[in-house]
Amino acid sequence: MTNAPIPPITGTVTVALPVDEAFALFTSAIDRWWPRAFHIGAAEVDEIVLEPFVDGRWYERGVDGSECDWGRVRLWDAPQRLVFTWQINGAFQFDPDPEHASEIDVRFRAEGPAETTVEVEHSGFEKVVGGQTIHDTINGGGGWTLLLDTFAKTVA
Amino acid sequence: MQTYGDGAWGLLGDPSRRAIFELLARAPRSVGELAAELPISQPAVSQHLRVLREGGLVVCHREGTRRVYRLNPEGVTALRAWLDGVWSDALAGFHKAADAADPREELP
Repeated sequence: MTNAPIPPITGTVTVALPVDEAFALFTSAIDRWWPRAFHIGAAEVDEIVLEPFVDGRWYERGVDGSECDWGRVRLWDAPQRLVFTWQINGAFQFDPDPEHASEIDVRFRAEGPAETTVEVEHSGFEKVVGGQTIHDTINGGGGWTLLLDTFAKTVA
Repeated sequence: MQTYGDGAWGLLGDPSRRAIFELLARAPRSVGELAAELPISQPAVSQHLRVLREGGLVVCHREGTRRVYRLNPEGVTALRAWLDGVWSDALAGFHKAADAADPREELP
């Protein structure tokens, strides 16, 4: 299989907050809004954390105190822009190799004193689930099956 | 676009179909090649392939006189569609949290 590009996911939301507060809510307060249903650790989620600096970790902490990495901060340009990675592989494990990371680019645009548009682009999925990664996870034992299982349960 | 929404997990709940799917993930193969690697007959493989094709997980193309099966690349797109849903939920949550944020309250 080839690593054909997969179109990025884009999303836009406009909120009634000044740009610096929208940035703070998106980053420092990510725990307030990230859907609890999405996590990869075995334990229930206690807190989701995005560390506010370049190379900062994006991770979940379970109610049992265990931590599961999700990605790293690549660019921190408060309050205009944030780039961080999504390093979850085909077996729903953190993949430390940055070459396998998909990337989330978030831009914050002030529309007024208390109105901010937030644009999210999540790209690079071919690096995560395409070609060799699928091959390796399946040969490693059931990774693709597990992923489909998780996927099917989520859309059910 | 095909999605896995309508019980497609059921398609792979059958051990033979899952075995076929996983073999095709490693490399495209013909019916005969699949049957040679599995403890089931060639007609049984053909039957499973038909179900997998109808479910959108597998595609087929002709190479000379052989029909070669491989995973549907749209399957990866379906995974992306799932993540699309994650983001859609996340941004809706963000919007709700922004509405709930008291502007006088200091964010952490």
